[in-house]
Amino acid sequence: MNGIPILSLMTFLPAAGALLILAARWSSSGQHSGHDTGVKWIAFIVTLATLALNLVALTQFDASQPGFQLVERVAWGAGLEYHMGVDQMAMALILLTNFLMPLCILASWNIEKQVSAYMMLFLALHTLMQGVFGAMDIVLFYVFFEAGLIPMFILIGVWGGKNRVYAAFKFFLYTLIGSVLMLVALIFMAIMAKSTSIPDITAFAQQGGFSKNLQIWLWLAFFASFAVKMPMWPVHTWLPDAHVEAPTAASVILAAVLLKMGGYGFLRFSLPMFPDASAYFTPLVFVMSVIAIIYASLVAFRQTDIKKLIAYSSVAHMGFVTMGVFSGTEQGVQGAIFQMLSHGIISGALFLIVGVIYDRMHTREIAAYGGLVHRMPVYAAIFLLFTMGNVGLPGTSGFVGEILTMVGTFPVNAWVTAGAATGVILSAVYALTLYRKVAFGKLENPALATITDLNAREWAMFVPLVVGTLVLGFAPMIALDFTKASTQAILAGYDVFAGR
Amino acid sequence: MEAELVSRLSSDLVWIRPELLLAGFALSATLVGAWLGNRVTGLLSGLCALALVVAAFFAWQMRPAEPHLVFNGTLSIDGFSAYAKTVIALAAAATLLLGTDHFARRNEQRFEFPILIALSAVGMFVMVSANDLITLYVGLELQSLAAYVLAAFRRDDARSSEAGLKYFVLGALASGLLLYGSSLIYGFTGSVSFDIIAASASEGGLGVIFGLVFLICGLAFKMSAAPFHMWTPDVYEGAPTPITAFFAAAPKLAAVALLARVLYGPFAGLEDQWRQVIMALAGLSLLIGAFIALAQTNIKRLMAYSSIHNMGFALMALAAGTEKGASAALIYMTIYLPTTIGAFAGILAMRRDGKDVETIEDLSGLASRKPWLAMLLTVIFFSVAGIPPLAGFFGKLVTFQAALDAGLWPLAVIAALATVISAAYYLNIIKVMWVNPPAPAFQSSGPTIAMTAGFATLLIFPVLVVGFGWVEQAAMLAASSSFP
Repeated sequence: MNGIPILSLMTFLPAAGALLILAARWSSSGQHSGHDTGVKWIAFIVTLATLALNLVALTQFDASQPGFQLVERVAWGAGLEYHMGVDQMAMALILLTNFLMPLCILASWNIEKQVSAYMMLFLALHTLMQGVFGAMDIVLFYVFFEAGLIPMFILIGVWGGKNRVYAAFKFFLYTLIGSVLMLVALIFMAIMAKSTSIPDITAFAQQGGFSKNLQIWLWLAFFASFAVKMPMWPVHTWLPDAHVEAPTAASVILAAVLLKMGGYGFLRFSLPMFPDASAYFTPLVFVMSVIAIIYASLVAFRQTDIKKLIAYSSVAHMGFVTMGVFSGTEQGVQGAIFQMLSHGIISGALFLIVGVIYDRMHTREIAAYGGLVHRMPVYAAIFLLFTMGNVGLPGTSGFVGEILTMVGTFPVNAWVTAGAATGVILSAVYALTLYRKVAFGKLENPALATITDLNAREWAMFVPLVVGTLVLGFAPMIALDFTKASTQAILAGYDVFAGR
Repeated sequence: MEAELVSRLSSDLVWIRPELLLAGFALSATLVGAWLGNRVTGLLSGLCALALVVAAFFAWQMRPAEPHLVFNGTLSIDGFSAYAKTVIALAAAATLLLGTDHFARRNEQRFEFPILIALSAVGMFVMVSANDLITLYVGLELQSLAAYVLAAFRRDDARSSEAGLKYFVLGALASGLLLYGSSLIYGFTGSVSFDIIAASASEGGLGVIFGLVFLICGLAFKMSAAPFHMWTPDVYEGAPTPITAFFAAAPKLAAVALLARVLYGPFAGLEDQWRQVIMALAGLSLLIGAFIALAQTNIKRLMAYSSIHNMGFALMALAAGTEKGASAALIYMTIYLPTTIGAFAGILAMRRDGKDVETIEDLSGLASRKPWLAMLLTVIFFSVAGIPPLAGFFGKLVTFQAALDAGLWPLAVIAALATVISAAYYLNIIKVMWVNPPAPAFQSSGPTIAMTAGFATLLIFPVLVVGFGWVEQAAMLAASSSFP
């Protein structure tokens, strides 16, 4: 172990940035002009610095070594510990978070209402998201997992669209009800295993510490939380509401990072800790995944609101993740992790794309647009690229995730794979229709006549995302090799006890 | 013979220095007040707060490793009572300062206020140290009588008088239940001393259990656990706000500590019998406190139901019947007190055109009018809702741990679901502050209120979170040194 706790540094750097903004607000009372711009720059620099720290951490990280690395462990009291560490899967998701955060700050540059509070909440959220993936103590995990609700609730409630209060409440209460059941379950597990450390509990579980009957109950409690977070059909209904009403950057974070906590939870807890129950419930998850893929795709097709359409497409794409996770094969799980990373980039980009025209026109109705390609050629090109990514065109990262999860699931259950494959077709239907209606056709709405193409800030937002999706699309092995060690470690435990 | 008695008495007196200090203050302050009138209220309040802080210091400093019995075994000075007394005295001091500021602004100073708080604190000290049924009753009544008068403190105001009267009548009924239960216990075990009851309770048969149930009912009334909670909303609403803040804080901890003392001391052997009663009280309090609060528009009534809900958590911890349960209840209450005091500091800041306003709607748009106050209240209400990383979550965590450790998972699941329901109304307050269009601004509040709210928030996050291990250790030690 080296001397510098780099994982904690990068986790808490954004929180420190939030305190800095608080102090600035205190000393200037927010009065003098330029204060808000200063706050935005502070936030942007802090998120960039976090990304830089993350890259430094990556140099100290050994991708081929299974298990947790960069471990930090300090006693906290009451049997709890401040215990942080990452394996490859966690590192990849943290990297995704840190990659997207500076872009989100850029996307929020037009915010004018209570800028200090907005940026503080965003930075707090940044810390919490890294904490979720970095926590090695089960209670610490819960603390980070749940604490993210506070900034999200206020972000949606204050800076959201018209129906924001309803959406914020629905998001908060839905997620909370799932999580408290998980809390009861995880306290129970910690008492049984006499430890709150995730590796210890996993080891305890794999020595048969939890009977099958008990596993089923615990699995259900965790499922309640992760299925809502994911979100899986039929508990997905909070997502379209929350997405539609949230400010652009919050939508990006919600889709790109917060949803991944569900998939991460399945892989970190459900599979290794309750292998018997996971095998037992696999058919249920498969059916729910296929329904999510087909149903959400059909619903997406009928939307009139662009953001809602993308939200439903997220539900469909998350269906591939759950299917891949519970296939229990190496391709399936690798594909699920890859799909999470890819969806983080693509759906994040799509929400930013909506944000660009929303900033100019203040409407998200599909009908209000049409013919944008004439006025905004660069924008239309980028939009097309991410539409193709969403469809899963080879060459974009979307293809790799979908094909791998299907390949992984095929030997387990061919029918489920066939169902999921129709989802690929359906995604082409709704995504291309959306693109046709918004970008092609005649420029009919007179208000669109003066709409302008991307400015420098928006260029800066999209270039990293375009590069990201193409790199992952053409050279997926970069990510797949990186996460291989952790996938094999997770499956090593699962295979033995799932009787395979 | 006489010399020996004197020496024993004087050595016992040393052990009750916190009580003596406060009682001495109360008696001399009565004389001073009677002589100099209401002019000296500010001075007396300051002195009373000082006395409370010193009493807290005394209580904390002399906690013995083993329970030390004084006055022929009527009082037990031990780690548990020392811990409870420290927190009680500090909470009482905070609410006293809040109240003094409030009454001074309204020109309603009465010198009885600090005196009654001091007497009530003495009563609570005796309660948490009680080692026989008579002492228990005396302490409880001293605390309650002071509280009845405090509830009716604004005597020209009909609502305040009603609150006092209602509290008194219902409180007297509860005291009657408690006394009846005590008499049954005395009849079937032959003693009022906890030590003797402990030895013979399990042979006492049905009579003792009968008495115990009455005793628990009386105590449940004092801690406003459902279904003995009916007085709470009315008294909370009617009493002047700083008095409500006082009721919501220190006496709740005293009642929980007293219940722990009774259940874990003399009746430890009847655990299987009382556990069902406590579980029923806990479940009902959790649900009633959560559901009925949803319909409240007055924030003081809402806080009343919130306190009922929170008592459910403390009871759930006690239902565990283990050392862990007692310490979890103490930790829960330790974290609950600054939270509730902070919330009431916020309610006291709600003043418009020289009048107090108290509906939730009055908080509309507070975030744009008074961003700092709104921020503090947001932290406070998220904490009561039990959302991490705020201290309130850790309070809930330990009660869940205690309950699950004792195998009470059905109760834990009820508590978990009730938490979600209660979160809905706390969220509503936060929503009103952040989202609703701004209502006319509040008058600027005194520095005491801002400082109390700020200090409470700092305790909630990050002091009690980072120092959680320390609190937990202190409470564990308190419980393990007193309930072997």
